[in-house]
Amino acid sequence: MQCQECNQRQATLHFTKIVNAKKTEMHLCEMCAKEKGDEFAGSNSYSIHDLLSGLLNVDPSTGSGEGYSQQVGQAYTLQCPKCSMHYKDFINNSRFGCSYCYEAFSAKLDPILKRVHGGNHTHTGKIPKRQGGRLKLKREISSLKTKMQTHIDREEFEHAAEVRDKIRELQEAKEKEEGL
Amino acid sequence: MSLEQFISNAISPWMKDPGPDDDIVMSTRIRLARNLEDYPFPSSTSQEAARALYKHVYEQLSRTSNEKVGKLIWLPMDGLSKIEKTVLVEKHLTSPQLAEESEQGAVVLNNDETISMMVNEEDHLRIQCLSPGFQLSEGYEAADELDDWIESHVTYAFDEKKGYLTSCPTNVGTGMRASVMMHLPALVTTQQLNRILPAVSQLGFVVRGIYGEGSEARGNLFQISNQMTLGKSEEDIIEELRGVVLQLIERERNTRRELLKHNQLQLSDQVHRSYGILANSRIIESKEAANHLSTLRLGIDLDLIRGIEGNILNELMVLIQPAFLQQFAEQGLTADGRDERRATLIRERLKLETIQDGGGET
Ligand SMILES: [Zn+2]
Ligand SMILES: [Zn+2]
Repeated sequence: MQCQECNQRQATLHFTKIVNAKKTEMHLCEMCAKEKGDEFAGSNSYSIHDLLSGLLNVDPSTGSGEGYSQQVGQAYTLQCPKCSMHYKDFINNSRFGCSYCYEAFSAKLDPILKRVHGGNHTHTGKIPKRQGGRLKLKREISSLKTKMQTHIDREEFEHAAEVRDKIRELQEAKEKEEGL
Repeated sequence: MSLEQFISNAISPWMKDPGPDDDIVMSTRIRLARNLEDYPFPSSTSQEAARALYKHVYEQLSRTSNEKVGKLIWLPMDGLSKIEKTVLVEKHLTSPQLAEESEQGAVVLNNDETISMMVNEEDHLRIQCLSPGFQLSEGYEAADELDDWIESHVTYAFDEKKGYLTSCPTNVGTGMRASVMMHLPALVTTQQLNRILPAVSQLGFVVRGIYGEGSEARGNLFQISNQMTLGKSEEDIIEELRGVVLQLIERERNTRRELLKHNQLQLSDQVHRSYGILANSRIIESKEAANHLSTLRLGIDLDLIRGIEGNILNELMVLIQPAFLQQFAEQGLTADGRDERRATLIRERLKLETIQDGGGET
């Protein structure tokens, strides 16, 4: 993110100013921040997500080059079937209307998420316990499959067979969970 | 109400406890953003839908309790006065957004205010764990525990590939924001922080001067938190943040030692002058107060001044905010009135202590 004062240097300091309950965000480089001095007194907010919302206004898959308006045109027709939010509203507010929007806008989402999350677009963290038993197994199976392939590539067939048996075991457990 | 009573009611109980590395790390915070399946996100929802969500969550969670989580107190926003809401904001237990705009929002708190949860803020639920000093893993464990308990009663919006689905795309994945509040006066004075902060932000961390302007953040307080929430596990995020904070702690400590070694007399002079100003002012602006409190706290940490409680900086930084001053004054105040009240409050607070000249750590 660029400094909003000079538009030249990287913004490394982010401030939230709250005056009479009106919240303003500032994103500045060090030099401009120094010059600004007293202007932002009394900041005490905690949220950081707003500072990236500016990114959403550029379609990251195309930049601003050729074909941009055409792509945007297509994207703008996307709509969430559940909450009726349009893709362009999402771009304007940088907030989803409901959890189904993720699915509805999925064609456009990965580049945006990558940009916001340092190149990542797939969750690798915690899985909710109650609903997550099946997901956990699925994730374990897929990581074992990678492991098995590595063994095969290295011609370690005995190890590969061990991993294969483990995969079978988990697959059965998963089918059982899904059957419930 | 006596001043001591006022302070003990105003300060969150956890703030009075010492914590690991609390000569430099003031507090640690873990926040988890969570939403429920089949309810629209609060930012785009109608009052009725927000009320339905609130009702569902309240019914599911208020009936049962969890041994480790303890008893939770529910504070619906529409039942609080304006001042009460602002106090919650200044204690970081709710956001200005929730306090100002929400009629269907609530804050849920445990006894010592280490655990809190906002309902119907930007996300349906915002779980927060606060702890004194540097306690990232402990904070996460507590948040994780509460999260599991909540999830056993309600169904979260979760996607295999995207993780916990949040209202803003910057929170999706783990939904976790881990933050550490640091007091870095030596790195600021020696202008080392100017060079360190850009590097820290390049590593994917966000640095905020909480009260402040530029590299001279008010009171020399800085908050460091993770920027990314997707593609890394909670443990990875915490480990990376821990690494950065440990380096900052070490540099700050080394620099303090160096300063003490070469400039003990000047440092001691500054500390006592700051004490003099805080103990004698009749009018003081928040910026000036914060900076002198920072110097005083440094003096306490370096043993240049004795007899003042170490957590006075944390405590007074909270108390000199507008809503607390108004509460202390028991009336609404103008800016000038606040400057006067602030000076009085700090003076009175310092009278509770008996200071002595310290020896320094040479
Ligand atoms: Zn700039
Ligand atoms: Zn939707």
